Amino acid sequence: MKSYVPNTLKERREMLEAIGLKSMDELFSDIPADLRLNRELDLPAPMSEIELRDLMIGYILQNDEGGLLFRGAGAYRHYIPSVVPQLAARSEFYTAYTPYQAEMSQGMLQSIFEWQTVICNLTGMEASNASVYDGATAASEAILMMRDSKRKNKVLYSAGLNPDVICTIKTYAHCYGIELVEVPLNKDGITDMDALKAKLPESAGFIAAQPNYFGCIENMDAIAETVHEAKALLVSYVNPISLGAIKRPGDYGADIAIGDAQPMGLPLNFGGPYVGFMATSGKLIRNLPGRIAGETTDAEGGRAFVLTLQAREQHIRRDKASSNICSNQMLCAIMSTIYACTMGPEGMREVAEQNIAKAHYLASELCKIKGIKLRYETPFFNEFVIDTEIPAEQINEALKDMCIVGGLVLEDGGMLWCATEMNTKEDIDFLVDMLKNIVEGAEE
Amino acid sequence: MIPNDRKYTREHDWVKIEDGVAILGITDHAQEALGDIVYVELPDVDSEIAIGDSYTTVESVKAASPVDSPVAGKVIEVNEALDEQPELLNEDAYGQFIAKIEVTEVNEDALLTAEEYEQLLAEEE
Amino acid sequence: MRESYKLIFERSREGRRSYDLPALDVPAVDAIPANMKNESKLDLPEVGEVDLVRHYTNLSRRNFGVDNGFYPLGSCTMKYNPKINEEVASMSENMHPLLDEDMAQGSLRLMYDLEGYLSEICGMDAFTLQPAAGAHGELTGLMLIRAYHEKRGDMERKTIIVPDAAHGTNPASAVMAGFKVKEIKSAPDGGVDLDALREAVGPDTAGLMLTNPSTLGLFERNIKEIAAIVHEAGGLLYYDGANLNAIMGIVRPGDMGFDVMHINLHKTFSTPHGGGGPGSGPVGFKKHLEPFMPVPVLVEREGMIEMDYDRPDTIGKVKNFYGNFGVIVRAYAYIRSLGGAGLKEASMNAVLNANYIKNALRGVFAIPHDRICMHECIVTPTEEMMEKGVHTTDIAKALIDRGYHPPTIYFPLIVHEAMMIEPTESESRETLDEFIEAMKDIANEALTNPESVHACPKNTPIGRPDETTAARKPIVRYTKPE
Repeated sequence: MKSYVPNTLKERREMLEAIGLKSMDELFSDIPADLRLNRELDLPAPMSEIELRDLMIGYILQNDEGGLLFRGAGAYRHYIPSVVPQLAARSEFYTAYTPYQAEMSQGMLQSIFEWQTVICNLTGMEASNASVYDGATAASEAILMMRDSKRKNKVLYSAGLNPDVICTIKTYAHCYGIELVEVPLNKDGITDMDALKAKLPESAGFIAAQPNYFGCIENMDAIAETVHEAKALLVSYVNPISLGAIKRPGDYGADIAIGDAQPMGLPLNFGGPYVGFMATSGKLIRNLPGRIAGETTDAEGGRAFVLTLQAREQHIRRDKASSNICSNQMLCAIMSTIYACTMGPEGMREVAEQNIAKAHYLASELCKIKGIKLRYETPFFNEFVIDTEIPAEQINEALKDMCIVGGLVLEDGGMLWCATEMNTKEDIDFLVDMLKNIVEGAEE
Repeated sequence: MIPNDRKYTREHDWVKIEDGVAILGITDHAQEALGDIVYVELPDVDSEIAIGDSYTTVESVKAASPVDSPVAGKVIEVNEALDEQPELLNEDAYGQFIAKIEVTEVNEDALLTAEEYEQLLAEEE
Repeated sequence: MRESYKLIFERSREGRRSYDLPALDVPAVDAIPANMKNESKLDLPEVGEVDLVRHYTNLSRRNFGVDNGFYPLGSCTMKYNPKINEEVASMSENMHPLLDEDMAQGSLRLMYDLEGYLSEICGMDAFTLQPAAGAHGELTGLMLIRAYHEKRGDMERKTIIVPDAAHGTNPASAVMAGFKVKEIKSAPDGGVDLDALREAVGPDTAGLMLTNPSTLGLFERNIKEIAAIVHEAGGLLYYDGANLNAIMGIVRPGDMGFDVMHINLHKTFSTPHGGGGPGSGPVGFKKHLEPFMPVPVLVEREGMIEMDYDRPDTIGKVKNFYGNFGVIVRAYAYIRSLGGAGLKEASMNAVLNANYIKNALRGVFAIPHDRICMHECIVTPTEEMMEKGVHTTDIAKALIDRGYHPPTIYFPLIVHEAMMIEPTESESRETLDEFIEAMKDIANEALTNPESVHACPKNTPIGRPDETTAARKPIVRYTKPE
């Protein structure tokens, strides 16, 4: 039987004797007898490493990852340089706890500081925290930041946010007692500016998405101007990998930039762990939730890194804390940092441009097929919506047989497609050929 | 030691009321208990404060201490120097105010004279 | 010994690169509207691959994890993180979360089975794996409590009672979930003061949050009375699972009377902490809270696991997708490796190790509540040490110099100068003996040469950092010198 307890039975007996006890059972004498579980837990029998590996491979075999992937919708398959997982596998990093003891955690603290710098520079903001769970919880925390800094109880959000993000902020807002109001998209798939203007009065702020869930690129200059005219805050939910090509939140005056850094170096992993980021202008730094690393000096004047501004946090402020967050997604943040440093400025630009090119090629090829139309004329990043004459589900079922994962079927019957630098022209052409056959087959 | 020109609260804050304006701060004992003060969360000018509302929070590295107001009224001035130099409170707690409030009501029951406050400190020792 | 270490940004040299991408095989397009283009060059490091690799390798060497040495950080359960779990967790990296259900049956089955195992271990009726961390689990569990009272039209139940010994996340989570917090003082032994509890409950009581074993590492002997008081008042009982490592296979929160709880998979179930995350905070509950659980709910129909979103009373979602799947896989592997007997063995030895340390430190340090402890024990400096000016911080720093991660310090708040030692079951007797010797050595030094203790740590990359300046004038990102 597998056991990670090193002490032998003999050693355990000797240790008990040292304490002055006769049996292991005496260690638990404080537990009322009638509460004790007087049977073994009903779990599958223990197994060896060989058996466990076989078992897990069995699960994998029940999965079908698909061959060619053209789906995103909040989780994206991108190139992950091999240095990213290799370096993150250093167990000095991954078996550490939160760096509460600065002297023996400089590696982690400096890594957090580097992550914060990467996030600030990517978003054009002045301050970042050490990460939150994911994009959806970043949005939920941002709502609290807006309410607390504006002292207003109404928050607007774009219908162009990812539906999981919308669902999550609704859950949180109900608890906070915050009124959430949706700002619809117009017929071009971007924020309806008239609706935004009409709903802004008395609002703490607006959460916009760039690019939005449907891939469309919003005119954030106009949104920022409108939001700020109403003395509200602008939160920009961005895909960080788009920022090599698309204007940074700080450059259009966003007050808070948030998002999920999964596209930067994290595998899909069936939805997690990913990593949420939050960055702000300098004046909102004390409203940021969670851990923040800061630079200081040690007694001898050398450079040192510490967790700072801790008096905002739950372990000190308890019920007065701005957030309850304790654990975050540190290792994932390190992976995204290493990704950004591997890619550098040129790589981030190139990957963004390749995404745009691949997605546009895919869109134009798909639209050559009879009965397939691009829904919006608006510029897009690496995702777009098409409408099809034959039901989208039928298309996807047929593609599945060819080991292709097609676009995500939306509730209204449209399809949300995604292409990244991972999709070659050859793959796209193959997909389009197959799709042509499917559509023509359906007509016969 | 303890200035005679103002009143005190049991929570180690001081208040000086002049011409309908309450000047509020924390006592030397309070700053010493907190240790190095790193941030003072100042209230917004023009905000309305009720008796018992915490009008400011004073932070050290390891603690955050909300300060409750013994008066009600509108904030008319805050000590902006504390934004850049929170350590001023450590250096001169009685010389540095945190906020000034145009008073509409005072919770007289909560206020101690210098003498009574000195006695309180002696008891807490 | 002491030297600061450059930032990756300071290693940047214009034009260097360590990435490559295949040449673009489709036409480049100029699709971004002019006013939304990023025209400037992003300020990211430009480094060669070997320099990047050395930078992070050497940074990791300036850090300390369980794989480096003993890490008795109380309340954090820094047990060994088995390597096979890392291996199997990487197997499903290419699974997109929005694959059709029939393509993800392996992953869904694994999650469904894990929910069942956790229910059995904890005596609960069901689990959700969605929360990403312990505090996130607390928030989710409290949302369930709130939804439960709201559904019954019991709208006045807005207060959560929290003992003053509780983890800071408890009151913070309660406020985030929209509750008021009523803190009750602990009894002298750190347990719940029954009279204080009786006084605190009432028609406004939504529930009580409790850790058992308590944050003092002691089992709450009055748990049945506590549960009865809260339930009779119409409230629910929340179990903070941070200390679950003491009781697996021995006693179950569900049998103690708890209605809802969270588990920290990154504590009890051996998944690595990652330097602060990712964790995972599954939430378990009894039948009466099931209608409110987050969507999607995994259900088995005709041998297939489906994701059910059609739950009219659900609180909604608390994050993207379904939880930190990679962490969930590791915990699953741990449970399958050990089985029921192995989990119980782990808990028993965690408790044995903690008592072994406490016993050996008796007379050397002060022990505020000296009775049999569970998986962790609390010691404090003696009066004599404090008279010499040696405090808990100093002892922690002296441990660092001797190659140990310090215990949790200054928590729980109700014990003055607390050091909370949690050895876990992973440690061998020699490791414990060496640690005990180091503690004795420090105690001796504190009395004979306190200055030397004050000067610790001496053997680390940095000396004690200036936290005051860091907080007064926060520098939270690198900016290039002008």
